[in-house]
Amino acid sequence: MSAEQKIDNVLSIRDLSVHYSTNRGELNALRHVNLDVPKGSIVGVVGESGCGKSTLISSIIRLLAENAIVPNGSINFEGSNLLTISEDEMRAIRGQRMSIVFQDPMSTLNPVISIGRQMIDIQYRDKKTKQQKRQRSIEMLASVGIPDPESRLDQYPHEFSGGMQQRISIAMALQAQPSLLIADEPTTALDATLEVQIIHLLKDLQRDMGCSILFISHHLGVIAELCDYVVVMYAGEVVEQGTARDVFHLPAHPYTEKLLKCDPASIAEKSRSLPTIPGEIPDLTSLPSGCVFKNRCDKAMPKCDSVVPEWRESAQGHFVSCHWAKP
Amino acid sequence: MGLYFLKRVALSILIVMLAVTLLFCMIHMVPGDPARILLGPRATPELIASLSAQMGLDQSLPIQIVKFFGNILRGDLGMDVITNRPVAATVFGQLPYTLWLIFTAIIFAMLIGIPLGCYSALHRNTLIDRITGVISVACITAPSFVVALYSLLIFAVTLHWFPAVGAGDKGDFWDQVSHLVLPAFAIGLSWVGYLSRLVRASMLEVMSENHIRTARAYGLSENTVVYRYALKLAVLPTVTVIGVGMGFLLSAALFTEIVFARPGIGKLIFDSITTRNYPVVMGSVLVSTILFVVSTTLSDLINAWLDPRIRASL
Repeated sequence: MSAEQKIDNVLSIRDLSVHYSTNRGELNALRHVNLDVPKGSIVGVVGESGCGKSTLISSIIRLLAENAIVPNGSINFEGSNLLTISEDEMRAIRGQRMSIVFQDPMSTLNPVISIGRQMIDIQYRDKKTKQQKRQRSIEMLASVGIPDPESRLDQYPHEFSGGMQQRISIAMALQAQPSLLIADEPTTALDATLEVQIIHLLKDLQRDMGCSILFISHHLGVIAELCDYVVVMYAGEVVEQGTARDVFHLPAHPYTEKLLKCDPASIAEKSRSLPTIPGEIPDLTSLPSGCVFKNRCDKAMPKCDSVVPEWRESAQGHFVSCHWAKP
Repeated sequence: MGLYFLKRVALSILIVMLAVTLLFCMIHMVPGDPARILLGPRATPELIASLSAQMGLDQSLPIQIVKFFGNILRGDLGMDVITNRPVAATVFGQLPYTLWLIFTAIIFAMLIGIPLGCYSALHRNTLIDRITGVISVACITAPSFVVALYSLLIFAVTLHWFPAVGAGDKGDFWDQVSHLVLPAFAIGLSWVGYLSRLVRASMLEVMSENHIRTARAYGLSENTVVYRYALKLAVLPTVTVIGVGMGFLLSAALFTEIVFARPGIGKLIFDSITTRNYPVVMGSVLVSTILFVVSTTLSDLINAWLDPRIRASL
C-alpha cells in the first residue's frame, strides 16, 4: 500500500479536505484524507454516520453539493486528477470508467422511465445499434440474477422489489465494465438475507470483471467478509488504513478497537445492553485542537490535546494517525 | 393503459351523471313554480297547468330526472323560452368561441410559463430567477378582468394594435385570430405566473431526488438529465393543475367575454340569467360541467401516460 512499494493504484487520494459553508460557519466535513484503492482489490470504508463517507464519495465522482469547497488535496484516478479536469472530461469518466451503486435502491432509478430505456440511455457513448445495446442490457440483467430479463427490460422500477432494484443498479453500474465501482452502503436498505446475496453477487462480479471496488459501509461483518483492505474514518478523517486482516486482528487506532468491540457479532457473553463508545462526534464547525478522537479515547495523553497526530506507517502497509499506536 | 383508460372514463361518466342530477335537483329547489314564472303574473290556473304538463313538471321527481337524462342523451336540452329555438343549438353555437379562447389562453400560458419555470429552477437564486419570481407573483395576483380592461385600453383603444370588441368575421381566420389575442392574454396572464411558479417548485423537488444524482453519476448530459429524466416527472403536477384550471378559465372567460363583447358560453350564461332564460342557463351550465369533467379526465389520462405508477394505481 505504501508509495515506496509502487503498487498500481486505480484511485489514490492525497490530503483531500472538503468544507461546507453553512449558516453556522464552515463545516469541516473531510480533513487531509489519504486513501488508496489498489487495482483489482476491494477496499472497505467504515465509520459511523456523519463521519464523511458520503462526502468522500461525492468528491470522488465530483457531484458535491453547491456549498462545498475543496481547499486542498488531489484525487488521482487512472492518471488524471479528478479535481482539476474539465466538466466534460469528468463526464466522460462517470459511468464509463467509474460507476457507483447508491444506498437506497428504491429511489435511485427514475420511476417514469423503463429499466431498459435507462440501461440503453447510459450506453450513449457506445457506437452500437439499439438492438445491440438492448442485448447488452439483457446480458447484464441475467448476470445479476434477474429472471426472464428480456421481458422484464420493459418494466418500470416500481414493478421490482428492493433487492431486485439493487441488482439492476449493480447491472447498470457494471454495464460499461468500469475500472472502479463505488458502492455506497448498497445493502443498508435491504434485509439481512438479501444483504448476503448482494455481497456474494458483488464479490463474484468483481472476480469475473476484475474491477476495483470502493465499498462504503458501517457494517463491520460485511467489510470483513468482502474487503481486502479497510479504511477507518472518524469525524471527517481517515484514522487507520491497512489490510482487512491487519485492521481486524491488530487494530492500531483506539477508535478501531472500540468499533470492533461494538460489533454485535463479536459479543460472546449475553448482556442486557449492547456496547457503545461513550461520547459524541465533535462539532465539525468548531473542531478541538489536537487529536479529533481524544474526548472519547481512554488512552488519551497530554500530547493528544495539543498536537495533531500525523499519518504514519505503524507496520508494513498499515497506516494510522495516533500518538499512542505502536511503534 | 387500456384498463386504466376504461376505468377512468367510466368514473368520469359517473361524475357527470351525479353532477347532472345535482344540477337538476338544485334548479328544482329554487322557490316558485317555473311555469308560473314563465307565464307571468296574469296567467290563468288552466294555462299554468297545461304548461306544467307540457314541461313534465306534474310528474314525480325521479321520473323527471330519468326523462331529463333521456333528453340529454338525445341532445335535447329543451327550448329557449325567448327565441323558441332548441337550447342545444344556441349553446353549441357559442361553445367554439369559448373553447378557442380557453385553449389559446392555456397554450400561451404553457409556452411561456413552463420554460420560465424550468429556467428559474435551473438558475436558482440568480438575479433572473428573482425577477421572474416577482413578475410571476404579480401576474398571479392581477385579476383577469382588470388585465382585460387595461389591455383593452392600452392595446386596442390607444395603440390600435388589436381590435377591441367581438370575435371577428366568421370566414376570415386572421381576423378571428387578431380578435382572440387580447382576451386570451387577459385570462392567460395569471396562468403564466402560476405555471412558472409551479414548474419551478416541482422541478427543484425532482432535481434534488436521488435518481437525478444517479443519472448524473452515469455521465448523462445535463440536457438529457433535465429535459428527459427530470421534466417528465416535474410536469405531472402541472398537468393536473391545468386540467382543473380549465374550470377556472371558464369562469374567467365569463368576465373577459363581457369586457370584449365576445360571443361565448360565459356571455351566454350572463345574458340568459339577466333575461331569466332558465333553459339556456341550465343548458350552458350543463355543457360547462361536462367540459370541466372532460378536461380533468384528460389531464388524468395524460398523467397516466407519463407515469406508469398512476396506471397501476386505479
